[in-house]
Amino acid sequence: MSGASIGVRQTGRRANERIRKAAAYVFLICGSLVMAVPFLWMLSTSLKEQGAVFDMPPKWIPEHWEWSNYSFVLGEANLLHGFMNTMIIVIPTTVIGLFTSALAAYAFARMVFPARNVLFVMLLATMMIPGVVTMIPAFIVYKSIGWVDSWLPLMVPGMFGAAAAVFFMRQFFMTIPSELEDAAMMDGLNPFWIFIRIVLPLSKPALVAQGIFGFLGGYNDFLGPLIYINSPEKFTLQLVLASFQGFYNAQWTYIMAGSVLALIPTVLLFFFAQRYFVEGITLTGMKG
Amino acid sequence: MGNKRKMYLWAYAFISAPILGFLLFALIPICFSVYVSTTQYSGYQKPVFTGTDNYVRLLSHDPLFWKTLTNTIYSVLSIPIGMALALAIAVALNQKIVGIRFFRTAFFLPTISSVVAMTLLWKWIFNGDYGLLNYLLGLVGITGPAWLSSETWAMPAMILQGVWGGLGFNMVLYLAALQGVPGSLYEAAEIDGAGGWQRFVKITIPCISPTTLYILVTSIIGAMQDFPRFQIMTEGGPNYSTTTIVYYLFQNAFRYMDMGYASAMAWVLGILLMAITLLNFWLSRRWVHYE
Repeated sequence: MSGASIGVRQTGRRANERIRKAAAYVFLICGSLVMAVPFLWMLSTSLKEQGAVFDMPPKWIPEHWEWSNYSFVLGEANLLHGFMNTMIIVIPTTVIGLFTSALAAYAFARMVFPARNVLFVMLLATMMIPGVVTMIPAFIVYKSIGWVDSWLPLMVPGMFGAAAAVFFMRQFFMTIPSELEDAAMMDGLNPFWIFIRIVLPLSKPALVAQGIFGFLGGYNDFLGPLIYINSPEKFTLQLVLASFQGFYNAQWTYIMAGSVLALIPTVLLFFFAQRYFVEGITLTGMKG
Repeated sequence: MGNKRKMYLWAYAFISAPILGFLLFALIPICFSVYVSTTQYSGYQKPVFTGTDNYVRLLSHDPLFWKTLTNTIYSVLSIPIGMALALAIAVALNQKIVGIRFFRTAFFLPTISSVVAMTLLWKWIFNGDYGLLNYLLGLVGITGPAWLSSETWAMPAMILQGVWGGLGFNMVLYLAALQGVPGSLYEAAEIDGAGGWQRFVKITIPCISPTTLYILVTSIIGAMQDFPRFQIMTEGGPNYSTTTIVYYLFQNAFRYMDMGYASAMAWVLGILLMAITLLNFWLSRRWVHYE
């Protein structure tokens, strides 16, 4: 092959690459517009006056910015109350569930004991069980012990830990070196304190990732509260938001203002912890 | 020896919470569910044992069940569409793009957002008279249908929203898989004179096939049990056109208080899901390549 033809081939390749990259940008810009426009529409609607929603053609920038939609939704429409309820439910559940999951994951990763693999596989099998199968019997049981219309069915099961979190944390513990733990063991520290003082501080990234997933799952949960909560004063944020449909029928300004507010905590969480999100998802996906 | 036994005790204490949780919130409910599915049970009176009646009624005397099954399968169409798009986006993002963080966030935003909020948003977008979608269609001269009150268009609307909402998650998985494909394979193919499309089909697709299988299996399990979107967007209507199995199950359990029948339905759906999952794994031997 002569030098000239290699040169031609390389210029051709570079041109090709440039075209491909340009096509990628066009595609991505169009795609992100499709993703973003609904959010902008939501924001725009949430700031309009009631009647302005039905203007045709719609105005993207409201003539008069109706900030009172937000204060109405937060106060009179009980969204803030729902938010507080959600936090009271989700934060302790996530923290305790994370702790019990991590503790079990540590045992599965580091300790040797009879029936370890059987128990581990059994636990993993719960991830395969479709939620619909356990939903009705769980409801019947909670009803018989008087837990319906309380927050307990939304909190207690999660505090026992989650199979997915156990699995994820176990994978993580297996990647960290055990020298420190061995040394502590020599010093006579018992396994619980080794876990608390040595393992947990080393596991911050994994704990944060799982904690975020747990929090998001609880925060966005609609099905559980829908089944178990009846009294409006116990409604979670998602239930309050869903109830807007009935209360403020076709009052899209309120419904959209509520939706915007409901997104703010998770969007903030995402911006501050984007790295953990992406790593967490891909780790679960790759090893699953 | 005593030391060893002490370590066993520590280990069992460590795993006790999730194991107890497994017994209380998985194993016992499952066994109980099998029993409930063979009874007539309103949740108030004592259950009355009726053997296989619920299953017979479900499979041979309830035309609505078959309609909801068809609807469920129809709704799952969102999966192949969504996967293809997610892969396309991931491939585009994988070209050393400037602003990757921005694009990733744009596609990922619906994934972290509340399903209730996203569904309400799209209900407003699909509004036949004042919705964004029909306004945009109008700009290019198309008169859009009244999406959610049309038997023909309600399900396509649900599929469209499902694809939009699920793109980001699958895109992140695909992007990680693409980054794991060894560059040497592409170089070798290029020396052999393989074009871009050929490299994509012969190298990229096989290399990321484990991820494809993972997305496929988890998406089907998720989509076939999807309830909140349907509850908020269409309430199963119009005229049952978006009543999926899970929605129908819910109505039976919590509206008609027919817990026995709903449990039988849950088992039929559960077994169907397990069968599809197994079939997926079995078929995957033909198209999934592990290194």
